[in-house]
Amino acid sequence: METILKGRDGKSEQLIEVLQDMQAEFNYLPEDGLRLVAERLAVPPIEVFRVASFYKAFSLKPRGRHMLTVCMGTACHVRMATRLIDTIQGELEIAPGETTEDGAFTLERVNCLGCCALGPVVVLDGVYHDHMNSSKLRRLIAAAQAEDKEGKNGDAKG
Amino acid sequence: MPKVNSPTDLAQLQKRLKQEQKKYDATVTLCSGTGCQASGSVPVHTALCDELKKRGLSDKVLVRTTGCHGFCEHGPLMVIEPGNIFYCSLKTEHIPEIVSETVLKNRIVEQFLYEDPVSGEKIIRESDITFYHNQNRILLGMNRLVDPLNIEDYIAIGGYSALSKALTSMSPESIINEIKNARLRGRGGGGFPTAKKWETTRKAPGTMKYIICNADEGDPGAYMNRSVLEGNPHAVLEGMLIAAYAIGSEKGFIYVRTEYPLAVHHSVAAMKQAREYGFLGENILGSDFSFDLDVARGAGAFVAGESTALMAALEGQVSEPRPKDVHTAIKGYKDAPSNLNNVETLATVPLIINKGSDWFSSKGTTKSRGTKIFALTGQIKNTGLVEVEFGTPINTILQKIGGGAKNGKALKAVQIGGPSGGCIPASLFELPVDYETLADAGSMVGSGGMVVMDEGSCMVDVARYFLEFLIDESCGKCVPCRYGVPRMLEIVTDITNGRGTEEQLVLLEDLCDTVAITSLCALGKTAPNPVLTTLRYFRSEYETHVREHRCPAGVCRSLIHFVIDKYVCTGCGTCAKSCPQDAISGERKKLFHINEELCIKCGICRDECSFEAIHVQ
Repeated sequence: METILKGRDGKSEQLIEVLQDMQAEFNYLPEDGLRLVAERLAVPPIEVFRVASFYKAFSLKPRGRHMLTVCMGTACHVRMATRLIDTIQGELEIAPGETTEDGAFTLERVNCLGCCALGPVVVLDGVYHDHMNSSKLRRLIAAAQAEDKEGKNGDAKG
Repeated sequence: MPKVNSPTDLAQLQKRLKQEQKKYDATVTLCSGTGCQASGSVPVHTALCDELKKRGLSDKVLVRTTGCHGFCEHGPLMVIEPGNIFYCSLKTEHIPEIVSETVLKNRIVEQFLYEDPVSGEKIIRESDITFYHNQNRILLGMNRLVDPLNIEDYIAIGGYSALSKALTSMSPESIINEIKNARLRGRGGGGFPTAKKWETTRKAPGTMKYIICNADEGDPGAYMNRSVLEGNPHAVLEGMLIAAYAIGSEKGFIYVRTEYPLAVHHSVAAMKQAREYGFLGENILGSDFSFDLDVARGAGAFVAGESTALMAALEGQVSEPRPKDVHTAIKGYKDAPSNLNNVETLATVPLIINKGSDWFSSKGTTKSRGTKIFALTGQIKNTGLVEVEFGTPINTILQKIGGGAKNGKALKAVQIGGPSGGCIPASLFELPVDYETLADAGSMVGSGGMVVMDEGSCMVDVARYFLEFLIDESCGKCVPCRYGVPRMLEIVTDITNGRGTEEQLVLLEDLCDTVAITSLCALGKTAPNPVLTTLRYFRSEYETHVREHRCPAGVCRSLIHFVIDKYVCTGCGTCAKSCPQDAISGERKKLFHINEELCIKCGICRDECSFEAIHVQ
């Protein structure tokens, strides 16, 4: 937090930038962090909460290890992106905005990623996947799950 | 690095860089925009560099990774010079052959060429491909010539010479006049005359004035701002510098969406390089003019693209619009005069200063001059970014550039201008694209999104989609938008569920009027457009939903059933495996069944069936 807040004391216009950095660092906005931001930037806590809950880039709840983002822009919509949400709901039993019980995946729907020519588009942990369909998406999820499992086994051995 | 302290320095640097680029035997340009990266351009680039190194060619062949070339559907894209040889849909395993044959021996490898979908002919040169051939890419064409992370590439093609010209031989007033004579209108949506905006900010009282680049491209289906900022950030910076000089501003911001990480990265890198070379900072090119800027990241709010809401976001607040009785050009960021221009508008400015207003205004129509970039997407063969002169008929864009319908179905409509725009039916495809014509047809140029729909799209569902989007993105400040749009959605949802009535259609139109007249900002004022245009041009589709409880396109889930054709089903079981609801069951090699109670009508099974055995009823 100190690195994020460095040189920003009392600068209320830096609020969104600070929250962006916090989101990137912790993957969500923890409450004690928000209180500290309010104090240091001299912004009332309620204003910090208002900004944190207004913008879509911020999450007040911890997110999963994997971030699955499904684009629901117009171009993806006409190429049946809704089916991708259905697929994830079937596979992982989570609705948009939710995280799986084991904390592995968070599903997020966004209103346009600007890859409209390649729709429908899914982003898994920052990597863009174009021309998605249900079976490609299931393979993608399975691969991420397999990787997790391998990682865990590796840790156990190590 | 050389600090450029005067126009003479710049001219010398340009000359030297041009000379340096001549020492290479060949140049391989690889598109690395977000689109091509998604299709795998990064490993292709690595493979290319490795191959050249292996063969000791690194000093002889220049590899340039660039921003978006526009032909996104066929990425990753490569252009080899000399020869203008165009290869597409590349994979890493193609690289050795490309190097050994084309780069070294100038031989064409047919396999990697683009095949024209109409004639079936293999096309060698990029410029001969119909997609490019029918465009006029005065702005987008530059993307191919510069590595966005290397300021020297931009300088080598004449970059920053418009700034140099402006600072040495033009007064702020004469710059505004030049833009006025070019009749440049804002490319972000409204089409407001750019010179008029600049003039207002210039004349507004106040010592601190701001210039802000609006790169908060939230319109779904539009990504030209992302591609210009990502691919040619210095053109945007140069446009901002010229605007700042004309307006009398010393400080600027690029407000860019956080959903565009590459655009954020490239604009920050460009800003730092421009500072190092002396294009930003004190006494730019030895003149009295000083200017610097910051990159601010948006945090995911469509409404932040609205001018007053954007200023609030820049100040670190929630992006809620305020009444526009005083325009932001007079009272904007921190209550100071703030000029807000779109990415595409700003990137066009250096071209006008360099080539003159007559050159620019000779393109386009009487009221809409110059070119405009459109994002051609949806059910069309050649999706991508398309730059055409205003006045080009929609049909030319769809057929000649877009190559026609993707799946052999008939085209039905094109949605232009995002959630504030509207759907133009196929019967009006002869219309030219310009600000006035599209507005008269109930749509708008807007940011330039063009989403093509075929018979497989239900227009009532499209209206419902946009209403859901707008509810999601409404800031909730004013009542008409906060409550009116959800009521509109309720009615449209009733219709898609087969519960709609004739009276509701009248009520819906009434509600559209109220929301349009009484909402605070453009998001609410234009929210009814997708409903109004679909009602205007596709009323019979609404009526079929209401009277016959039927969705002609087979999209609205409450009105359709999926059935497995017993004569076609092979019993392979793919459908059962793909069903997210486990609603399909059966024994291998026997007919499978869909359990109606569990089925959510998503249609995944139909997509996955290789035998086309699943039908919609």
